[in-house]
Amino acid sequence: MLATLEGAVIASVLVLTAMGLSIVFGVMRVVNVAHGEFYMLGAVLAWYVSSVLGVNAVVGFVAALVLAPLLVGLIAAAADRLILKHLKYDPDRTIVATIGLLYIIQQTTLMTFGPDARPVAPPFNQRLALPWFEWGENGLEMFWPWGLSITSYKLFVIAAAAVVLLSLWVLITRTKLGLIMRATQQDSETALAFGIPVGRVYSVVFGLGAGLAALGAVLVVPIQQAHYLMGADPLLLSFIVVIIGGLGSLPGTVVAALLIGMSDGIISVFFSPTLAKIIATFLVAMVLVWRPQGLFGRAVT
Amino acid sequence: MLEVQGIHAAYGDVRVLRGVTFDVQPAEIMCLLGRNGAGKTTTLKSVMGLLPLGDGCVTLAGENLATLPPHDIPRRGIGYIPQGRRLFPELTVGENIEIGLMTRSMGKETREWVLELFPRLRERLKQTAGTLSGGEQQMLATARALCLRPKVLLLDEPTEGLQPSMIALIRDVILKMKAEGVAIVLVEQRVDAVLQVADRVVFIENGTSVKTATADDLRKDPEILTRYLGV
Repeated sequence: MLATLEGAVIASVLVLTAMGLSIVFGVMRVVNVAHGEFYMLGAVLAWYVSSVLGVNAVVGFVAALVLAPLLVGLIAAAADRLILKHLKYDPDRTIVATIGLLYIIQQTTLMTFGPDARPVAPPFNQRLALPWFEWGENGLEMFWPWGLSITSYKLFVIAAAAVVLLSLWVLITRTKLGLIMRATQQDSETALAFGIPVGRVYSVVFGLGAGLAALGAVLVVPIQQAHYLMGADPLLLSFIVVIIGGLGSLPGTVVAALLIGMSDGIISVFFSPTLAKIIATFLVAMVLVWRPQGLFGRAVT
Repeated sequence: MLEVQGIHAAYGDVRVLRGVTFDVQPAEIMCLLGRNGAGKTTTLKSVMGLLPLGDGCVTLAGENLATLPPHDIPRRGIGYIPQGRRLFPELTVGENIEIGLMTRSMGKETREWVLELFPRLRERLKQTAGTLSGGEQQMLATARALCLRPKVLLLDEPTEGLQPSMIALIRDVILKMKAEGVAIVLVEQRVDAVLQVADRVVFIENGTSVKTATADDLRKDPEILTRYLGV
């Protein structure tokens, strides 16, 4: 039970981060190696914003929740204009370019904010006790309220991720911008021939993808801490998720993120985090061998 | 209306167009004829700004299109029906039409007008475009381009792989657009289909426009066809 909830928290953050990677790949066919750094940047900016406005944990957190993803999105859109556009979105060269971007963002953060891990105070953090039943010496016993617990903030993370995911789905399937994004994804040349400014769409999508990673990071900093090297793990996990789910397939990304996040949480609690990573990586290898297009991906015909 | 002046274009290092010149007037059907690989499709792509021009210029009613960003070219009123239809296969019929309407911010009226022209599409608005039959896909590609209320219509082999009844339907729509004063550029392989509708014909050979002839010229002197096409 506890493990499942911990897993759900990991899965919620992962689903946002992986979704960002998946959207960028789906629409632009760009493998964004710097994605983890946008996540890190979101976390560090969340700390910065909330400590500058540090009167009150709630104000600081809400400001960070709005400002950090926005800033990261703008930085990413600028990076798209300045770098990726000039590479004409060539798949190989953009990988190299985003690796470069990874180091630029990482080292700039180190130089600007220093190497310390920074905490962000959660806006609310009540301990919620969960009942636990166990067959003990005196028959069935209930342990409550001093048995298991979760904090209200962790539940908030799960709910917030669900809301963001739902709004993203509405954005993509129900709005004009979503229609334009889908058209660009399917045939960018024809989209251009129908007046869709493909270059601008790419900037928006790249910004949106990075913003999603940053949003996931802002949600996670009250639980973990912001640090300039924190981008590597989410990047790896996002790639695992996106490969298992099928590159560019959004439903696949959600399912795979839940799968990996939950199993990561559960296995970490009962066994060890390393085993969780081993299993996830093993799963990727199996998917690549048996179903290279991913669980929900379509084979290229 | 649309004037193409000595355009050069290349895919990377491969030069495809070496001086193509033609023009088309309102209510006129201008046909580009040539062998496979002569550069007909490339010519249309260059007009749409999908390929950068190496030399020459394209003007629409006196405005130079080559200096515009590519997404502004269709907004000036050029509807494009690409070779192989190039629908957005996973969007529905309705969404494909919506994309066409968005290009020049056309409203409900235009949508109704287009669905009036192709009643079959109205029955399938919710269906994904990729699951339509070939003929229906061609209707949709045509409808999408007409959603721009174009002044100039570019058609790239619209009858390729279609059954005769569908070819007749597409031809009727082309003639209807001509009657409404649209300038039409038609790329076609089937010479007999061309001769029925074309007002003028431009022959393209190895990326160069070599001869312009009116439909009357061709009727009087079918030898021209043999000379430039080898048919």
